Amino acid sequence: MRVALFVTCVNDAFYPATGIATVRLLERLGVEVDFPAAQTCCGQPQFNTGYRRETEPLIRRTTRAFEGYEYVVTPSGSCAAMVRDHYPKFGETSLPSRTYELTEFLVDVLGVTDVGAYFPHTVTYHPSCHGLRMLHLGERPRKLLDAVKGLELRELPGAEECCGFGGTFAVKNAEVSAAMGRDKVRNAVSTGADVLCGADNSCLMHIGGILRREAVPMKGVPLRALHIADILASTEEEPYV
Amino acid sequence: MSGTYLGMPSFPEAAKEAVHNVTLRANLRHATHTIRDKRALAVAELADWAELREAGKQIKDHTLRYLDRYLEQLETAVTEAGGTVHWAADAAEANRIVAGLVKATGEREVVKVKSMATQEIGLNEALEAEGISAYETDLAELIVQLGDDRPSHILVPAIHRNRGEIRDIFQDRMGSWGRPAPDGLSDNPTELAEAARLHLREKFLRAKVGISGANFMVAETGTLVVFESEGNGRMCLTLPETLISVVGIEKVVPSWRDLEVFLQTLPRSSTAERMNPYTSMWTGTADADGPQSFHLVLLDNGRTNALADEVGRQALRCIRCSACLNVCPVYERAGGHAYGSVYPGPIGAILSPQLRGIQSEIDASLPYASSLCGACYEVCPVAIDIPEVLVHLREKVADQGGKGHRLEKAAIKAAGWVLDHPAALAAGERAASRTRRLHPRKLPGAGAWTADRELPELPAESFRDWWKRNRT
Repeated sequence: MRVALFVTCVNDAFYPATGIATVRLLERLGVEVDFPAAQTCCGQPQFNTGYRRETEPLIRRTTRAFEGYEYVVTPSGSCAAMVRDHYPKFGETSLPSRTYELTEFLVDVLGVTDVGAYFPHTVTYHPSCHGLRMLHLGERPRKLLDAVKGLELRELPGAEECCGFGGTFAVKNAEVSAAMGRDKVRNAVSTGADVLCGADNSCLMHIGGILRREAVPMKGVPLRALHIADILASTEEEPYV
Repeated sequence: MSGTYLGMPSFPEAAKEAVHNVTLRANLRHATHTIRDKRALAVAELADWAELREAGKQIKDHTLRYLDRYLEQLETAVTEAGGTVHWAADAAEANRIVAGLVKATGEREVVKVKSMATQEIGLNEALEAEGISAYETDLAELIVQLGDDRPSHILVPAIHRNRGEIRDIFQDRMGSWGRPAPDGLSDNPTELAEAARLHLREKFLRAKVGISGANFMVAETGTLVVFESEGNGRMCLTLPETLISVVGIEKVVPSWRDLEVFLQTLPRSSTAERMNPYTSMWTGTADADGPQSFHLVLLDNGRTNALADEVGRQALRCIRCSACLNVCPVYERAGGHAYGSVYPGPIGAILSPQLRGIQSEIDASLPYASSLCGACYEVCPVAIDIPEVLVHLREKVADQGGKGHRLEKAAIKAAGWVLDHPAALAAGERAASRTRRLHPRKLPGAGAWTADRELPELPAESFRDWWKRNRT
């Protein structure tokens, strides 16, 4: 099977490791991965901030970049949700039905929950709003994590609450956003897990940013934020470092 | 809406106080989480919740589509039942009509049933200016009124007050409004409720004029409906000689059959009750029973503007249950006052800018007072897609320009050019990566991010370049 990777602009620029992990993971599962270089950004930040006209060229570009691929896979719930829920409003109806968030692709298309991963850590999972309420990822990420060798999954209190990122919300309403993020971090710390895992690096950038700032007052807390692809790509032969 | 809110600062500015008020944050967190958990249980009891939600949505959409027809039908039915219908285009006209009706009775006092519409138009203040005292009789509204305060929640207007504060307000202020609070009043809820009951009982028995809103108006019979929990509403609706109801035009439903849906969804969504304790219904006037004179003031006040907006009009489906407030993570941190309106929370963020326009600082900032997490849409019993309307209103605000938006538009355009030229994007990423060791930890212009968070560390190489080196 051949798929196109939609790495997303945030992962491309800030979290290439997540993109690399996604490639390694998919290749390990026998999938041939392409990276169409014409891709950039899905247009979500522009669209959600109220710049509809400025969103249009990005939607056209993204759609063109992935023409001809039966499956487009992205390690980002919110970008997948943008394509799936909002592209049809701009008249783009083909790409949405071919676009899959990573965990959704693994479980629904490849039909696997045990991807042969090894990650000897305690992990708590933050579902992220778009994955939860727009894509309805449900139990998929948890099932994948449950099957990871050495991994102990801990319940995150208030898991379904927004972390406060919200794209430009994080700067337009910085104080409320940070207050939400601090509560998320506090809940994550209370689980005693080493890793807070999610399927959206934009949320993790916000949570991780607060985590590192709060690391001083929360001295000794080993918690770090990590994308689920990094965990699923990790094996005994090539563990995550 | 009420002049009280004119000149409000923008939402982020107004939210600051609440974000840093530890007691208020704790009060709000406790109250909203308690109600939301109870609501979830009450909703889970119904196997057909999804169908009820869809039915409520369709009834409201249908009614809004033919609003003119149903309002005329309502007017005819109310008139035939002995009532009088008045049409008010805005707050000023509604207030003028009500003040005129009260004056015509020769009375100088009125009792009130909790009503969002009269809050919206600032009726109490308008009556006061005409020398008429309006007494709120809902417990929470009484607390807000005695405390010379503003409501901060649709269902629980005094949600921001704790028991100690309420005791102090009763002790200090009840005396100047009527029967004083008993000596040695404690902050025990039963004692507080009893003090309010005695204070209010006097008002009910003396009142000759009652003022209410309505949760629903049934077009086929001209019947008005109020859902309430305390019974104060029924006193106000039945004891006075004259009853004046001020109701938003969107509150009409075609028939009694339609009420069946909302009788289930409204109480469960708002108070997490299977049924609200008091459902009062009245149709015109009846000889020697209840008010002998009934006036219905139908209020527009921006509603037809909202109706003209194909995306935004769904906000008019709102049945004021406040479930969206109780699940909103932004409301929980910012508090109700920051929304600068009697309609706080997610619904307020889409309703106020539509009713009042987006010219003021507060109204232009409200569509951004959300992380678009979607929890509000999920709980809404009439399926208002609040995130969709927020984004739609953001487009209008961005188009309008004004503070911050011109600069933002320029930045978005510049970024758009780069994002439409992958080679330029790759070059930019490479330049940033190469100089990453030189970047200060707090970038100029990124203050809003770095005030509370670290910036992500730039990687040595973008994914794009990794792919080029390893896979091509």
